[in-house]
This record gives sequence, C-alpha cells and structure tokens, in this order.
Amino acid sequence: MTTFRGANCGLGAKPVCSVFTDTGSNATEGSGGVEMRYEAPETMKAAVALLASDEHGRVLAGGTDLLVQLRADTIEPSLVVDIKKIDEMCAITRENGGFRIGAAVTGAELGEHEAFKSVWPGVVEALELIGSTQIQGRATMGGNLCNASPAADSVPAMIAAGAIATIEGPDGRRDVPVGEVATGPGRTSLRAGELVASFLFPEQAPRTGDAYLRFIPRTEMDIAVVGAGVCLTLDDSDVCVAAKVSLGAVAARALAPEAAAKALIGTPVDDAALAELSRAASAAAQPIDDKRGTREFRIQVTGVMARRAAETALARAKGA
Amino acid sequence: MTRYHVSATVNGDEIDFLCEPEQTLLDVLRDELHLTGTKEGCASGDCGACSVMLDGRLVCSCLVTGAEVGDCAIETIEGMADGERLHPLQQKFLDHAALQCGYCTPGLLVAAKALLERNPDPTETETRYWLAGNLCRCTGYDKIVRAVLDTAAEMRGE
Repeated sequence: MTTFRGANCGLGAKPVCSVFTDTGSNATEGSGGVEMRYEAPETMKAAVALLASDEHGRVLAGGTDLLVQLRADTIEPSLVVDIKKIDEMCAITRENGGFRIGAAVTGAELGEHEAFKSVWPGVVEALELIGSTQIQGRATMGGNLCNASPAADSVPAMIAAGAIATIEGPDGRRDVPVGEVATGPGRTSLRAGELVASFLFPEQAPRTGDAYLRFIPRTEMDIAVVGAGVCLTLDDSDVCVAAKVSLGAVAARALAPEAAAKALIGTPVDDAALAELSRAASAAAQPIDDKRGTREFRIQVTGVMARRAAETALARAKGA
Repeated sequence: MTRYHVSATVNGDEIDFLCEPEQTLLDVLRDELHLTGTKEGCASGDCGACSVMLDGRLVCSCLVTGAEVGDCAIETIEGMADGERLHPLQQKFLDHAALQCGYCTPGLLVAAKALLERNPDPTETETRYWLAGNLCRCTGYDKIVRAVLDTAAEMRGE
C-alpha cells in the first residue's frame, strides 16, 4: 500500500518530485538500519532546519564525493539535503567589488565565468584540476572544502586568495576564513545544523596575481601529492606588498605558513626571495608517507611547487 | 520503503518514475526505464562509461541520484541516432574501428558529442583532455581520437 506523504521538493510551483511511503511490512531499510531520506529544500532556512533536525544528515552538492562514500558504505546518513534548489547556493554575483560564489556552483560554471576567471585565474585553475570533464559538470568548491580532504585542490587556492566562507546555521550567518573550515581529514569546524552557503572573494588590489600548482605523477585525473597556492600584490615599482601562500596535501589540513608569505613581502620577488620562499614552504610541510609520495619527497617538492606558483602569480600580477 | 516520484525529460520524452533515495540516475535509466545503452563501469565516477547529458552538462550518471533529476533534461546514447540514421560520430566510430568490446563506446560517444557541440574544431590535445574521464581498455584511444577529429572535420564540411 502506498500513501502520499505530500512533501514537494521540486523546482518552482510545479511538483516534480513527490514522496511516497510504502507501508508494507517487507520494507527494505537503508544501510545501518536507518532509511535514508532525500530532501531538496528551496530556501536556506529550510536547509538549516533539516540539517539541525538530524545529526546524521549530509549535504548533497555535486555528489562526486558523497555518492562514492554512500556506495562504499563509509557513510550511512539518514538524511541527504540537496542544496541545488536554493538559488543563492548556485549563484555567482558581484559584491562590493568582489565576487560571491555559491557553494554549489560547479567547476564547469566557474570556469566559464570570464569575469571571475580573469580576476582569480589561480582559483579557477585549481578547481578545474579536480577530476574529468564529467566531474567538472558536478563538483563544487563547497563540496571540495567540506569533504575536508587534505589534498583538496581548490582549498589552498581559496586560502591564498583570502576567500571567506559564509556559513548558515541555526544561530544565523557567520563568516570565517576558508582556512578555518577544514580541521583534519574528513573533519570540519561546522557546528550542528550548519552548512557553507557561499564564498566571498573580496575586491582584489591592483597588480595582484594568483596561481595554483600541484604535483601528481601523471598529467590529469589524480590527487595532489603536493599543492601550492600563491597570491601576491605588487606596488608600482614591482615590490611585493602583500602575499599569501597556502600548501595542500602536506599536513592534516591546508597550511598557510606566515614565513613563506614573509619571504616575498618587501622584495621584488627575485631569485633570493623565491629561494627563501622555497625554504620556508619546505620547512612548513608536515607530510605523511603514503603510496603517492614519501615524506622526504613531499617536503622537497613543496618548495618547488611554491616557487613555481609564485613565479606564475608574479607574471600575472605584472600583467594585471 | 520511501520511493520518490520524479518527472523529467529523457531524450525529449516526458517521463515519470519512482525511485529510492539510494538509486542513482544510472540505476534509474537501466533498471526502471530499461535504457540499457548507458553502462556501469566503476560506479565511482572514474571511468565515464555511464556518461549522460544532464541539463546540457556532461556528467557521470553513477554520481547523480535519481531523486535529484526532477524537471531536468537528460540525454542518453539512445537519443543519439536519428531513427535508423546514425549520428556522424557513431558512423565514424565504425569507420575507424574505434571500439573493440564496445563497453565504453556509449559513454565515449556521448562525451565526444558534448565536445563537438562546444568546440566544432578541437585540437587533438583538447580532444584527449576532454575525453580523459572516459576509460577504454581495448583500443589504446588512438582510433577513438582519430574518429572524433574526423567527425569534427566532416561536420565542419571539410
């Protein structure tokens, strides 16, 4: 016997997805003994209320990590909240001279946004390194951040760019630097019922350039062994007046070593400064040994990636 | 057991189906709609055998839930030929023998069609990067890439 439960989770006024509950006695339950529920709220408030109501709830953005984890039974959520029906989650807007990027904007959409790409090419190149064309059609920066892999490519680029994560939750909205969201492999600082709604990339100073580079043992379709994001700003005499350096895959979370940024600030980003950057980046790295790279190799490559990313960022700052 | 009623468009036809929250779009296409041209390879987004178009975007249907696609336009390999007339890519895959076992072929054709719609004159490098998410264990890719480039030239009228 099927009873209509009446939850409408479709787009707009037309009900395109309704929920039916089979009350038969032989119902197969979801893994872990709890049935998984799918919801697609159309407002942020409804999404927060859903997530706050179920501590085993998960956010579904692009699904490129979530569905793999569901299939592998590494997670058994009782609720999946699809955030793609919430307009703000999928929007790219200008804000105070900067850009606000919804957490569910895909890599393909951001890569096609010429205005954003021309201002933050390093962020776009980092996001576009994730997976294949098919993955790019779904994968999001919100998901990349909240999946909390230490090797997430877009995260060091966002940290270097000074991006702010806007978080919605039961107590309202709060803004935190992107670097404070992931706390370790698979762990975030998000509290119960909270989700990342969007990222603010503040207005960029003139003569700023950013870049992201990663090392993988082949050309495409792999996970970073080392990643480095650099953003730097030059004054009119080509002296670096501001810099941020962020390293991925060499610690439990992306790092933002002050010493590496300081190696560039006040210099013309010459060979001496780049050598110091390289040393500082390697010194900051705290990698593990695993099948993708040894600790010793990763420490060395960290310096090389940071230097090369800085060289690209420098060229972009001069061209900006 | 909760089942979700979803309305969507598949290859231009309006369809309705019921699915469980754990079912992927791939499961729905194959098991509910009996459109078995779309293949399951890895079921983890690595191989591209399940490639379909979702609202104009190339995606792995194994990484999309059925419940998500309400009101979406889905295009599968079954919509590629015009009746009995093959799409130029399908014909060129035959001409170039760009398949052996054929398991990856539907995904490759859908992905290649998406490429040529965006870029009618891709370079070999662009073609290889675009198709990097479609794995083929038989051909070594060369015949596939040649078939795609030859189709592009033909469709440009060269």
